[in-house]
Amino acid sequence: MIGTIINYIVYLFLVIGVFFTLLGGVGILRFPDVYTRLHAGTKCTTFGSIFLILSIVILGLKTWHLGDTDGSVLAIHSIIALIAILLTNPTGAHAIARAAHRSGVMPIDAVVDRLKEKNDKNQDRKKTEVDTLEDE
Amino acid sequence: MIETELFIVLLLLFIGIVIAGIRILKGPTAPDRVVGLDTVNTIVIVSMVLFGAIYNVVIYIDVAIVYALLSFISTLFIAKYLEGGDF
Amino acid sequence: MLAFVITTLICFITYLSLTTGSGDVVGLWSIEELLFGLILSLIAGFISHATFFKNDTRMLNPVRWIIFLVYLIGPFFIALAKANFDVAYRVFTGKINPGIVKISPDLKTDLGVTMLANSITLTPGTLTVDVDEESKDMYIHWINVDKNMLNKKTLDCSYVCGEFSDWIRRIAE
Repeated sequence: MIGTIINYIVYLFLVIGVFFTLLGGVGILRFPDVYTRLHAGTKCTTFGSIFLILSIVILGLKTWHLGDTDGSVLAIHSIIALIAILLTNPTGAHAIARAAHRSGVMPIDAVVDRLKEKNDKNQDRKKTEVDTLEDE
Repeated sequence: MIETELFIVLLLLFIGIVIAGIRILKGPTAPDRVVGLDTVNTIVIVSMVLFGAIYNVVIYIDVAIVYALLSFISTLFIAKYLEGGDF
Repeated sequence: MLAFVITTLICFITYLSLTTGSGDVVGLWSIEELLFGLILSLIAGFISHATFFKNDTRMLNPVRWIIFLVYLIGPFFIALAKANFDVAYRVFTGKINPGIVKISPDLKTDLGVTMLANSITLTPGTLTVDVDEESKDMYIHWINVDKNMLNKKTLDCSYVCGEFSDWIRRIAE
């Protein structure tokens, strides 16, 4: 009885995980520029992998409960893989976004861009400093 | 009993890899390609964990952990390269 | 000395969690794995204690870790789920109104800034693009910019990240 319920929970988690992972892929295709693509690529794949790996953890705990220590190994290693994904995915996205902005890829149709304004201001200030130095 | 369902999930994840691969091939700018690569990496890690569960081989999951950390470092290095400047 | 002990302990716990099921000491580990893990974590602790631990005993308090777990399971996970439905909506309809805004969350430690930046990246419609190293201001790509916010130079944190900065302040500062 409880085994069937656990199986249905695992199926549910697998369906949610696959749906959001595929949604991340579709989002990467459909969005217009790097930053919006990063939204889809990071959030959806992280959420999808949380559910996919959690379903594996539940399976492992179930095997452990049935008396097989292999299940505990499966569950713990999967949790460590999940922690690795959770820590590295947003940081990698942040690195890509920063690199894209610094290499000159600007957001398409942006209504406001404070970072560009700040960089322009810094550049102007540097330019005027250089000009004044040259004048002297 | 659950192996069949896990194989179907793997097949669907493979479609996801193909979709992200299209973005790697098409991507107008270099950061677009890196975004596609990052997504492919995450899906590959999850597929490795699923493979480990299907065949009950834990070493696949260890490989997935190492792959996650190494792919993160490679993403950071590509980002640093795109940014330009000193390392 | 404290740094060395803590680094070694964390290495040893990681090693133990990766080698469960190898023998029957406490039902889970073999005696060889325990000894070898201890030697390896002593070496790793000796090499890396200076970079891993920088005289900051703040995170040794277990209360902070409990708050962190509550935060992770409660508000963070709900925001992550909301974020995904938001992205799904935008993928299917294609309605976007992007822009990069500036917020000043007023955090001081590096750990706090890192945690807030990662939280913001995983929550609805926002993505951290750049962090000002000195003032800790964050530049955030917002997928659906509120038209009423356009005239403000620096946004209040609560428009973008909700209660998160308070939680992070409780955890890391």
